Amino acid sequence: MKAAVIVSPGSNCDRDVQVALRQSAGTDPIMHWHGDADLPDVDLIVVPGGFSYGDYLRAGAVAAHSPVIREVVARANAGVPVLGICNGFQILTECGLLPGVLMRNAGLKFICRDVDLRVEAADTDFTRDYVNGQIIRIPVAHNEGNYFADDETLNRLDGENRVAFRYCTSEGEVTSASNPNGAARNIAGILNEGRNVLGMMPHPERLADALLGGTDGRPMFDGLVEALAAAA
Amino acid sequence: MSEITPEVVAEHGLTPEEYERVLRIMGREPKITELGIFSVMWSEHCSYKSSKFWLKKLPTEAPWVICGPGENAGVIDIGDGKACIFKMESHNHPSFIEPYQGAATGVGGILRDVFTMGARPVANMNALRFGEPDHPKTRHLVSGVVAGIGGYGNCMGIPTVGGEVNFDPSYNGNILVNAMTVGIADTDKIFYSAAAGIGNSVVYVGSKTGRDGIHGATMASAEFDDDSDEKRPTVQVGDPFTEKLLLEACLELMATDAIIAIQDMGAAGLTSSSVEMSDKGGVGIEFDLDLVPVREEAMTPYEIMLSESQERMLMVVKPGREDMARKIFEKWELDFAIIGRVTDTNRLVLKSGGDVVCDIPVPPLVAEAPEYERPWVPTPPPAPLSAEDALASIDTSPIDALATLMASPDLCSRRWVWEQYDHMVMGDTIRRPGGDAAVVRVHGTDRALAITTDCTPRYCFADPVQGGRQAVAEAWRNLTATGARPLAITDNMNFGNPERPEIMGQFAGCIEGMTEACLALDFPVVSGNVSLYNETNGTGILPTPAIGGVGLIDDIRGPMPSAAFAAKDEDIVLIGATEGHLGRSMLIRMLADRDDGAPPPVDLAAERRNGDFVRGLITGGLVSACHDVSDGGLLLAVAKMALSGGIGANLSIPAGRGPALAWLFGEDQARYLVTTLRAEGLLATAKAARVPAITIGRTGGTVLTVGDGNSISLSDLRNAHENWLPSYMAAG
Amino acid sequence: MRFGRACAKHQDMKVRVHITLKNGVLDPQGKAIEHALGGLGFGGIGDVRQGKYIELELAEPHAAKARASVEAMCEKLLANTVIENYEIDLDG
Repeated sequence: MKAAVIVSPGSNCDRDVQVALRQSAGTDPIMHWHGDADLPDVDLIVVPGGFSYGDYLRAGAVAAHSPVIREVVARANAGVPVLGICNGFQILTECGLLPGVLMRNAGLKFICRDVDLRVEAADTDFTRDYVNGQIIRIPVAHNEGNYFADDETLNRLDGENRVAFRYCTSEGEVTSASNPNGAARNIAGILNEGRNVLGMMPHPERLADALLGGTDGRPMFDGLVEALAAAA
Repeated sequence: MSEITPEVVAEHGLTPEEYERVLRIMGREPKITELGIFSVMWSEHCSYKSSKFWLKKLPTEAPWVICGPGENAGVIDIGDGKACIFKMESHNHPSFIEPYQGAATGVGGILRDVFTMGARPVANMNALRFGEPDHPKTRHLVSGVVAGIGGYGNCMGIPTVGGEVNFDPSYNGNILVNAMTVGIADTDKIFYSAAAGIGNSVVYVGSKTGRDGIHGATMASAEFDDDSDEKRPTVQVGDPFTEKLLLEACLELMATDAIIAIQDMGAAGLTSSSVEMSDKGGVGIEFDLDLVPVREEAMTPYEIMLSESQERMLMVVKPGREDMARKIFEKWELDFAIIGRVTDTNRLVLKSGGDVVCDIPVPPLVAEAPEYERPWVPTPPPAPLSAEDALASIDTSPIDALATLMASPDLCSRRWVWEQYDHMVMGDTIRRPGGDAAVVRVHGTDRALAITTDCTPRYCFADPVQGGRQAVAEAWRNLTATGARPLAITDNMNFGNPERPEIMGQFAGCIEGMTEACLALDFPVVSGNVSLYNETNGTGILPTPAIGGVGLIDDIRGPMPSAAFAAKDEDIVLIGATEGHLGRSMLIRMLADRDDGAPPPVDLAAERRNGDFVRGLITGGLVSACHDVSDGGLLLAVAKMALSGGIGANLSIPAGRGPALAWLFGEDQARYLVTTLRAEGLLATAKAARVPAITIGRTGGTVLTVGDGNSISLSDLRNAHENWLPSYMAAG
Repeated sequence: MRFGRACAKHQDMKVRVHITLKNGVLDPQGKAIEHALGGLGFGGIGDVRQGKYIELELAEPHAAKARASVEAMCEKLLANTVIENYEIDLDG
């Protein structure tokens, strides 16, 4: 599987994603600089977390106009899987690949902790190694993770089973107490219509190593490798 | 007519005697820019004039020390061609005036001190001291400082993995914000600040220069009074995004061989960096100030040299490599300007608009900076406090006392703080905040660093020598409890007005105690910072020598203990001797509202013996969990291990050990708690090593029971522990 | 001269853009400000909404062209039209 990780000025989690991909795929992804619109042919594109452009104006707003992002949009429309994590999710909403917007956390503070997520859509390349209804523990670390979209959009996401993950209790109940940032309908991650673009606020690459406290993030990368090796 | 009047000299923080020295060095009256340069270089903050005499006494050497105090940060060898570069620095005065930016730029400054030496920063920590919770400013300061530290560190993508927070009335008008950064570099790629190569280009990189923070160094060298609000314009404003770009650009350039010397522009900006680079190199420097990138109109030479605009570095680049270097900085969208040359005149010469506005000989500017042996009086030894006397007014059960302490401002959970810090970015945080020392893997290896910050200011106030020993010993203990080999420390000395003999006596006493501990524990000082004049209207802070310690875990594939109870049905063993010392303890403070007695004595030989024994247990795989014992004594440590592990315990109080409360809450030093499946073997080994050790209980269940069946559920204990800080911050 | 734009200054149009949250979008920052004002003893405060204010200088002397240009800037970057409205004021 050939993957590319997009590196923007201010990306911080690019190396963490590189490590996770290397662990699952056995090879390193291409670390692709945002300013280079010439994106090589790859099976997977990852837009990692961080503070691209310092989150100035709006998180992800400036990075969404980078030369390479136009190409990422084209590839996504052609069916290439694109994974946006945290700031990556913000960039994907700003460039229009995903609906809605990530706003400031309802608690107005940055929050870094493990959360429980319920897997809602296990039928994609990203989630094939999970099971619907499975509860996984993944960390969040963000100031703007409060997912917002109008009711029509939210209903469509639900209706088309495009919510990939929801914040929940350790028993799998979707409650406001288990929602770390006020996101509408506890939405932690969503898919595009083609189900080849996933944006999520939690960081699966941070819990893919038992030494760091857990491995619930690992199946996402293992699953992608399986799916995309088969497709190749 | 002269523009340098005695008033102007005084405004610049120079005494008449110091000004006489300036006249003698210059051989004439200085120009205003030259006076500004002398004033910041000779400020307390930059020259250490009151503290240098004492700092020289600290032990700074060991076989693993590559570079001790004197450079931007300290450097230690951690094996396999890697070095650890670290330092702690204060940003106290600016944080009181503007807490968010003061704390943020404090983090920015210490990060630059570490990456200017070639290290990628891998972990941040901080030691924060605030006034009493009821003080009208405290909430606002806590909120701003924590947001500022998080705002800067999170944006930089460097995990903030731990720290300490204390509340005490003595900090009401003078909070302390001490920020520590730890970085990793290759031992053969460490960069120093000595300029070299006559004719080589001197390059300015980073943000443009504005009017921020002019005279920030002199503000840090003075007390506050009621006009402090007017000092607001002297606070610097940070831009962590630009610093992230600066970090990546510098590291990219450092991977080539183009840099001869590099220094960050911190306190006193362009002045201190150029003076230090030329002094260390035994050369001169000449600048054309018209070439300095500026973001304000009509900046004077004085303003350009004294500006403390953030996110700027000064470098000397190898001849012919300037274009390659420029391309790297342009890629990262940062300013890059060749502003001068290295000369052989040993003078700092500044030109502006074609005129020479400054011409100072560098060696005397540095070597003849004032150094004072200020008068000092030792702190009189405090009257000891017996356990009987201490407990005379306390009539509480151990469990009730525990609940009170766990919910107190200084002992309650700091989750509200550290959940605002990204503590996991960079994917190497093995031990997260909430325990004592943090543990961070050395990326791509099987080794890890243990990192801690420690100090008990109320002990230092009572007896500076014992307090100084204790701060170093506790850091050593916290690192040992992770299984690490403690290697070295950075010290951030926060004190009041050194012109008062009793304050100078506190400083001298703490240095004496620290020195004894550093020697006994093979734990040298490799970097540090001094912050004096932490006083408002004549009232000083508690003496606060904050210690930042770093240790090395050789093999993370080997046994690594948890800081929490790891399993049920294990024996809990207390290592170290317990007399039940209650002087200056948290128990008497919270339950009897008293602050007297002598602090617990620190027996350095016992610290060494007990700690080395515990480390042996850990690396031998003989214990599943380990925690040091400190504030609140052994019952607090048990409670923390129980809550973190979600496993209760049943403790028995041994007979004939004096009053139960003294045994449970006494703050005797050199002690650890460990858990093990069956204690007999461990106890026998301890006896052979002449280390006191007794089994005090067993893990298991969902309650914590002490002796006579007095117990508290883990959930009640957790509520007491977790609620105070968030409730306090949400109110008012 | 460091400031080469000195000559062009009086041809520059000064533009002010107010960016506000659409009605119906939850604004926790506005709520926090409302509470803080109440806590300080200011009475009679109703709803508080927080927005953004951007000032820019545009080298375009014709108002209609300037407005069209800034509208495009708002649509493309300055505002996220999913949740934000914008209002443009031109000087002179």
